[in-house]
Amino acid sequence: MKPQNLFEKIWDAHVIRADGDGTVLLYIDRHLVHEVTSPQAFEGLRLAGRKVRRPEATFAVPDHNVPTKHLEQGIIDPIARLQVETLDNNCRTFAIRQFGMGDIRQGVVHVMAPEQGIILPGLTVVCGDSHTATHGAFAALAFGIGTSEVEHVLATQTLPQKKPKTMRIHIEGDLAAGVTAKDLILYIISRIGTAGGTGHVLEFTGSAIEALSMEGRMTLCNMAIEGGARAGLVAVDDKTIDYLHGRPFAPKGTVWNQAEQAWRKLKADPGAGYDRVLTFAAQEVVPQVSWGTSPEMTLPITGHLPNPAMENDPVRRSSISKALAYMGLEPGMAIADIAVDTVFIGSCTNGRIEDLRLAAEQVVGKKVAPTVKLAMVVPGTGLVKQQAEAEGLDRIFTEAGFEWRAPGCSMCLAMNADILAPGDRCASTSNRNFEGRQGPGGRTHLVSPAMAAAAAVAGHFVDIRASH
Amino acid sequence: MEPFNRLQALVVPIDRANVDTDAIIPKQFLKSINRSGFGPNLFDEWRYLDRGEPGQSCVGRPLNPDFALNQPRYQGAQILLSRDNFGCGSSREHAPWALLDYGIRVVIAPSFADIFFNNCFKNGILPIVLTGEQVDQLMQECVAQEGYQLTVDLETQSLSTPSGEKFSFVVDPFRRHCLLHGLDDIGLTLQHVSAIELYEQQRRQAAPWAFLSQGV
Ligand code: SF4
Repeated sequence: MKPQNLFEKIWDAHVIRADGDGTVLLYIDRHLVHEVTSPQAFEGLRLAGRKVRRPEATFAVPDHNVPTKHLEQGIIDPIARLQVETLDNNCRTFAIRQFGMGDIRQGVVHVMAPEQGIILPGLTVVCGDSHTATHGAFAALAFGIGTSEVEHVLATQTLPQKKPKTMRIHIEGDLAAGVTAKDLILYIISRIGTAGGTGHVLEFTGSAIEALSMEGRMTLCNMAIEGGARAGLVAVDDKTIDYLHGRPFAPKGTVWNQAEQAWRKLKADPGAGYDRVLTFAAQEVVPQVSWGTSPEMTLPITGHLPNPAMENDPVRRSSISKALAYMGLEPGMAIADIAVDTVFIGSCTNGRIEDLRLAAEQVVGKKVAPTVKLAMVVPGTGLVKQQAEAEGLDRIFTEAGFEWRAPGCSMCLAMNADILAPGDRCASTSNRNFEGRQGPGGRTHLVSPAMAAAAAVAGHFVDIRASH
Repeated sequence: MEPFNRLQALVVPIDRANVDTDAIIPKQFLKSINRSGFGPNLFDEWRYLDRGEPGQSCVGRPLNPDFALNQPRYQGAQILLSRDNFGCGSSREHAPWALLDYGIRVVIAPSFADIFFNNCFKNGILPIVLTGEQVDQLMQECVAQEGYQLTVDLETQSLSTPSGEKFSFVVDPFRRHCLLHGLDDIGLTLQHVSAIELYEQQRRQAAPWAFLSQGV
């Protein structure tokens, strides 16, 4: 048999039928739902008199709109509250399991699902959310869909799909101390561009990827979408198996044994082909800081801002000028000279326990700089928060002057009260630095949790490798 | 879904690369539980000089005169012309809903982000991929000639300019069929329900862990 790459193995196992023109009907094993992209899908079902085909395959959680403080007051914004209540009602009506507000498991959908063992190797996973790519860390084919597709999956447990292309991103070598999965993926995006992976599923391979923890692999795959790809994948190894063992929704007993055997085959066969192969050396990666309004506008901490006058391509030149103007930065400035007034640690990219540990390491025994007006930590879920508190991380943060908040998407996209004011400059562990992403006129610099924490202490970006 | 066949309409240029879904419809409007009503807030942050809030009327809000959508010559445009990687960012279908609600039926760009591209077809919007040079040419003509219109014919997959020049484009046959006839995807899939059932039976045998029981 022809050697297969990881994507092909999962894809082939889910094809229900193929049309002549290359469209296939793909079976979907798990469906995650949040309050923002689902109301119109449930409404569509209702209008058409359709049922949810397999309610037990769908898991819902409110995350985008939930407040991260004064939870006792509930959601004050009536429009946001209606959206969360609509999710409650829809889950009740259609018998869908929900981890609602007040449930310790509630939090950002992409942190919650792996934590619960809902995501298993070899499954297809979708959610009306582009960062569904996160779950590729488990060798699950996971991608974001639109609301019409949410409705389609609810009604049929399938999606008509065109087969994407595959791109292998191979990274050999060791990441230096202080360099994390976040730096790696920002680096990759800065090299391939935000459209570099369009139409492709990325498979990350190489010793640098094998060395990453499951949390790191989730961070990596999470931002595959920022490189234009719909999904990222990492093969199964001992770390995958260890992570899943004993999780609430993972299989148990003999089914576990059977599953483990099957999962261990979820890696590319020797000699498998890809549409494209890119290779990077881990040693080249230093801590990264995004400076502009697209994730590809990222530079090493040791770098200097670009000068649009030096750019020959007119579209690029104008993108750089617009980005510098929006960000309030001057050409040629050193990244390490950029001062921040806000720090946000959290999101589906970096809101897991390991992220909080790495951030806390930079903060222990120190204080947030007086020029930083708000530094906040938002754990990914209630369980992450509980674990962090058991380890005393919350005290490290609060003693340094950080606010310790309740879980949710929070300032990653600022749909709740956690929002930048115009002109605010934020070191953020989230994934998007688009204009207005964290609030109209707000300026976002994407960094790793350790880099964000170090920036909170110094008041500007610093090369954390110096402290290792 | 409204079928799409042929359209002759005014073109509005948004001359930037990487127009993201946050720009197309800012997140505060995603709190809505409806599918329509997003048109007045299309490109809200670029279009208005104040911050828009959901539920607020846009009548009388201060307009950004430099933004194309606000210029008298582009009023009534149904075709949007832009640069590479249009629609990148989130999966929000609110982006095509906002475009549609405003009246846009065709978006032309050298490349699109995948999810946005898909979402367009589900909502009766035709995204057309042309080469960078072709888009350049259309962009220049559109800015130079007031009242610039294009004619888009999905049946023949061709697009013609006022001077009669023709460009061809390609749309996946299945999507083209659905768009031409305004077909609902779900209805089409449900015709294959027995194939879905058979698949589920086989998969339950092969991968029992993929199936959860209700109320674990
Ligand atoms: S944390 Fe941010 S990126 Fe992740 S799901 Fe929430 S809003 Fe989306």
